[in-house]
Amino acid sequence: MLLGTPFHARTQPLNEAQVWRRWSGYLAAGAYELTHEREYWAIRNAAALIDVSPLLKYHVHGPDAARLLDRMVTRDVSRLGVGRVLYTPWCDTEGKVIDDGTITRLDAQRFRLTAAEPNYRWLSMNAVGLDVTVEDVSSQVASLALQGPKSRLILNACAADSLDGLAYFRVTHTRVGGVPVTISRTGYTGDLGYELWCDARDAVAVWDTLMTAGAAYGITPTGILALDIARVEAGLIMLDVDYTSAHVATIPEQKSSPFELNLGWAVDLKKAARFVGRKALAAEKTSGSAWQMVGLEIEWPNLERLFWEEGLPPRIPNTTVRASIPLSSLGRQVGYASSSCWSPLLKKYIALAHVEAAHAKPGDLLMFEIMVQHKHRYTPARVVPLPFFNPERKRE
Amino acid sequence: MANNYDAIVIGGGHNGLIHAAYLARAGKKVVVLERRHLVGGAAVTEEIVPGFKFTEFSYVVSLLRPEIIRDLELPKHGLTILPLPSTFTPMDNGDYLAAWDDHDKTRREIWRHSPKDADAYDAYSRAMARMAMAVKPILSMIPPDPTSLSPKDLFGLLKLGGHAGSLSEKDFHNLAKLMTMSAADLLEEWFELDPLKGTKSASGIIGTFLGPRSPGTAYVLLHHYMGEIDGAFRAWGFAKGGTGGISNSIASSARALGVEVRLNASVAHVIVKGGRAVGVALENGDELYAKTISSSLDPKRTFLKLIEPRHLPDDFLTAIKRYRTRGSSGKVNLALSELPDFTALPGVGPLHRGAISISPSIEYIERAYDAAKYGDLPARPYIDSILPSMIDPDMAPPGQHVMSCFVQYAPYHLNGGWDDAKREAFGDSVVDTLAQYAPNLKRAIIGRQVLVPPDIERITGLTEGNIFAGELALHQLFFLRPAPGYTDYRTPIRGFWQCGSGTHPGGGIMGANGRLAALEVLKG
Ligand SMILES: Cc1cc2nc3c(=O)[nH]c(=O)nc-3n(C[C@H](O)[C@H](O)[C@H](O)COP(=O)(O)OP(=O)(O)OC[C@H]3O[C@@H](n4cnc5c(N)ncnc54)[C@H](O)[C@@H]3O)c2cc1C
Repeated sequence: MLLGTPFHARTQPLNEAQVWRRWSGYLAAGAYELTHEREYWAIRNAAALIDVSPLLKYHVHGPDAARLLDRMVTRDVSRLGVGRVLYTPWCDTEGKVIDDGTITRLDAQRFRLTAAEPNYRWLSMNAVGLDVTVEDVSSQVASLALQGPKSRLILNACAADSLDGLAYFRVTHTRVGGVPVTISRTGYTGDLGYELWCDARDAVAVWDTLMTAGAAYGITPTGILALDIARVEAGLIMLDVDYTSAHVATIPEQKSSPFELNLGWAVDLKKAARFVGRKALAAEKTSGSAWQMVGLEIEWPNLERLFWEEGLPPRIPNTTVRASIPLSSLGRQVGYASSSCWSPLLKKYIALAHVEAAHAKPGDLLMFEIMVQHKHRYTPARVVPLPFFNPERKRE
Repeated sequence: MANNYDAIVIGGGHNGLIHAAYLARAGKKVVVLERRHLVGGAAVTEEIVPGFKFTEFSYVVSLLRPEIIRDLELPKHGLTILPLPSTFTPMDNGDYLAAWDDHDKTRREIWRHSPKDADAYDAYSRAMARMAMAVKPILSMIPPDPTSLSPKDLFGLLKLGGHAGSLSEKDFHNLAKLMTMSAADLLEEWFELDPLKGTKSASGIIGTFLGPRSPGTAYVLLHHYMGEIDGAFRAWGFAKGGTGGISNSIASSARALGVEVRLNASVAHVIVKGGRAVGVALENGDELYAKTISSSLDPKRTFLKLIEPRHLPDDFLTAIKRYRTRGSSGKVNLALSELPDFTALPGVGPLHRGAISISPSIEYIERAYDAAKYGDLPARPYIDSILPSMIDPDMAPPGQHVMSCFVQYAPYHLNGGWDDAKREAFGDSVVDTLAQYAPNLKRAIIGRQVLVPPDIERITGLTEGNIFAGELALHQLFFLRPAPGYTDYRTPIRGFWQCGSGTHPGGGIMGANGRLAALEVLKG
């Protein structure tokens, strides 16, 4: 058996089909109901409660804590104030992305780093000569994402302090259900939302309090399938799906730089600290990147026609496809989509795609491969700016 | 000068707005004139009880055309369609029948009552979906103009659509039968379970003044399956904000395209000069002029109220007068302090997020029809209700709820006429009927709005309160809607067009009428 998260006592009985996905060695619900549709809509229209405890979490503390992180990641940690959070990738010396996650400054000398893959060794290697302690707290800290337009109202109904003043990418400490909880205004949905961090022993109390307070606001336990659609709409990439860690890649072609992942905004070449991959990234910035991550909209009328020609109604997967789909231009393959899904909100078939830099302009037309009645077909798709969905309430 | 336009659109319901948007998209200067203080017509949401939003008339969306959603970028303008996954039918023996949002769960549920029907259910759905696929192209097609209706013509039409070829001999035969059968006859060929037949038959009678045993009602069942064909675009569900949310998104898109929407602008009559429509006069005396004028009002209101009879040929006038608009539906909207608790399945559960249908048998609905047929109110009506606040928490204050109850039958021509007492009696019959299955309902009611056909007529303008601006009976579909010879959105008056639900392909929040009419107007 894989491990259950600290919320397992609550999530297990709710999982109607007992369908679990693997996430860092833990069981994570794919969907609680027999279809993920309502869970998806909870993210966009009410509030979704998502167990994200399998995230890897590190506490980095000591006089040189900021220096360690600054040495490692591409953004400037020295300027991150207490109570603030930043999202950042980190790279190897060639400037290729190893992982991405958030850094929270809990106090002057204490940070929490989240990651998709184990990074303890990498943190330790970079800590050589620094006065800093790194702890893997992944199993001690339980985390829940509460995402959706009603998330703030629910927290205000049950937290000891109002969340009204908590700005986007800020963190606060309060109590929920009588136990201490750290709440950050962050998430993986591109919507208004929060993440709650608490001691694993208090997990169930926090879950129960949220579920009770949230009943009047449509709170809905939500699994990974729904989350996976929301994050594509938000243009948020996923390790092992949209890129391969530089630590894992077997050939150079499998690696990506932050620029190639549309994360150029998170590369601070001007920051004071020297960081891993800086030189390579500075060179890439000057010479230009070979690849670009873009958003794609697969045009519907032609897709529908291809199906109708076979006498079928158009059929596309209703979950996010985490598989590579070839893209071509004038008969030559110029890239691939790495995540694609139907967006129920936008009513569009969308994809995150890697394309050669020459094909990355918004409006560029590419041909997207689909299977129609067991036949390979190509249908037009258009490059569009990311993210696909970015509501004002996310930051308001 | 300010009152000169390329196009004037009368009526700001969803069809009028869509029509205007398509004209503006083609570069025309367009004004929509809406009599009320808000857009939407029969698709409006209003806060009748403070804090509680009622999706006042229409309440579900099923066939809003995908091409319109795309062309007008409605999701960008706020259109959100939320799932309405189940149907719950309480039975008189204290049990219930449900169709859940999962095939296996639904199968097991039907099997519990009838193993035979559990199998038939799948076969029936597949047969209906195949037939709907053959008929569907008609929805996006401007009907040709044969002069008489016979099933043969309809098949010609299907062939034109190019998809009848995929039908098997048997499906084709079924389709032919479907055109003339009653919903009851069709369903009795497939099923034995009363609540299953009752609930399914109901979709054949909505918006008609017919019972489930009346011939022609089987065809209307097909419309229920049309949505399947749109694949991922399938727009079945509850619109965020109620159906007013749909209208607002269309209005927002129309405005972004440059359409001017004038509220509180009631058109008194169309100005016709030399056989050509040149403008309109408002109730307040203002006059507006345009090259084309389109009416989204129902055919009777359009041709019998806005146009002087001398401008119209006699046979046309006769056809319009004969056009059937018998209103048969009412609506009861409730503000609730708590959810109705059904004795058949107690507690808060998935049933509250879907449709709750009071349709224990075909006989039950037919009896309700019998009363209405003779001008009386049925003691126990057919009710289709949903709890919008369970789907969209913004519809009611936290922890409280709204309930939308669509009711048949409420005859427009009630014996002795409608008055306040009868309206309340009608409301009571609905609440009493529901309370039989959910006894806490009465104490949960904080406020209620009862709408009977004369109210629907008074508020939306729909003649006789007919919800589809003309019955969806077979003789009023396709090439006869609204009158022979005028199905391509033209009228006997040059420059004057129709674009509302009274035209092909009929009523419901579909938008096809407004769009197809715009495409014709643009052809000139
Ligand atoms: C009780 C009820 C329940 C229904 N339920 C559903 C449902 O669940 N799902 C569904 O798909 N359909 C349903 N329908 C049908 C659907 O709502 C209608 O077919 C559709 O909304 C009609 O749209 P329209 O734009 O063609 O006309 P309307 O919505 O009728 O719009 C006409 C507009 O013209 C305005 N008007 C009238 N006279 C004038 C004048 N002289 N000058 C200016 N403006 C004028 C009116 O105020 C109105 O806004 C229901 C209808 C009713 C009444």
